[in-house]
Amino acid sequence: MTTTVPVPYRVTAATPETADTVSLELEPIERALPAFSPGRFAMVYAFGIGEVPISVSALRGRLVLTVRAVGAVTGALCQLRPGDAVGLRGPYGTGWDLDAAADSDLLVVAGGLGLAPLRPVVHQALDRPGRFGSLAVLVGARSPGELLYRAELPQWRTSVQVEVTVDQPDPTWRGTVGVVTALLDRIDLRLDRTRALVCGPEAMIRHTARALLARGLPARRLQTSLERNMRCGTGHCGHCQLGPLLLCLDGPVIGYERAEPLLAVREL
Amino acid sequence: MTTLPPLLDALPEAHRDRLLALAHDRDFPDGSRLFDEGGPADRFWLVRSGEVALDVYVPGRPAPVVETLGAGQQLGWSWIFPPYRWHLGARAVGPVRAWELPAAEVRQLCADDPEFGYTLMRHCVEVIADRLQATRIRLLDLYAPVGGGPP
Repeated sequence: MTTTVPVPYRVTAATPETADTVSLELEPIERALPAFSPGRFAMVYAFGIGEVPISVSALRGRLVLTVRAVGAVTGALCQLRPGDAVGLRGPYGTGWDLDAAADSDLLVVAGGLGLAPLRPVVHQALDRPGRFGSLAVLVGARSPGELLYRAELPQWRTSVQVEVTVDQPDPTWRGTVGVVTALLDRIDLRLDRTRALVCGPEAMIRHTARALLARGLPARRLQTSLERNMRCGTGHCGHCQLGPLLLCLDGPVIGYERAEPLLAVREL
Repeated sequence: MTTLPPLLDALPEAHRDRLLALAHDRDFPDGSRLFDEGGPADRFWLVRSGEVALDVYVPGRPAPVVETLGAGQQLGWSWIFPPYRWHLGARAVGPVRAWELPAAEVRQLCADDPEFGYTLMRHCVEVIADRLQATRIRLLDLYAPVGGGPP
């Protein structure tokens, strides 16, 4: 059962991912929250500063949250060191529907920080071979230095097709340059048995979804993770409303059949 | 990639055979330049394997790469329009294998057979439109640190 009172967790490791992004590994100080699943999120309280929603980025043993410093709360979270404490509520929201994806080919498309909520999906596929058909991971990043989990990607490549592209290469970059959708041409998509999971900035999600639908992937086999201004996490405050949905309850992961018409409405 | 390049896939078999009759196999070693900005755009390529970086000449520093093209993709469209000069440069990133097509002969095929020409040009316009749209998306700098993606 989730709780509306933050439960104290201790930081056991703080791993810098990029210049402004840190992965925090956490363990409960006393009582643990119920188990998280890929795609769900926690409300993370930086004591005395405030709370933000953060999706889980790893669930292998300890809970890991990847945080980018974009404001006062996330800035404070990125300054945490091992031994420091945070308050956690959750798990909240919907996760990736991996049961529906069992036996399907899985296509993971991530842009920027959108790789964080999809990382546990990749871990599950690696840890439980045979659960899915093939797995392809397409990643877009702003620059090589802003690519998340860069040290982990070679491990993934041993059993998963991983394609990475950046918008702004540095002189040492020998990989792909361009939008993430260009990577769709690099993989063999079996459209009749593929399920796609897409996460990133909303314009990237729309662009990617259009490219997948144009190739013939039905919208019902595409899931995405959306974000609005989540505050309570329990569907009471209404800050995260997207049309008829409250994304902290009905999302953040929703099917693209539901998302597409809502994303087309201006100012929603 | 095991399927035909989209350009060849778009053409009826007879047209495809006529186009491929003009094609030559080419191999480019890692780091070799396929063409330079401003040079004569007298041919184009369908990349079969490997990666090609499109770059821009900027004095005083290594040419920044603006996009890469891989297997199945069409390399070059400056050959379609006068003055037939490359807008960008191109360099092989690793070994590249491609079908090379002579621009003047392909343009002549298009002029002689409007149906063939329409199909080919329609594909080329799709390529140009896709790259324009991709450029617009990248102009948004969606992954910028503030106002970026979800948590």
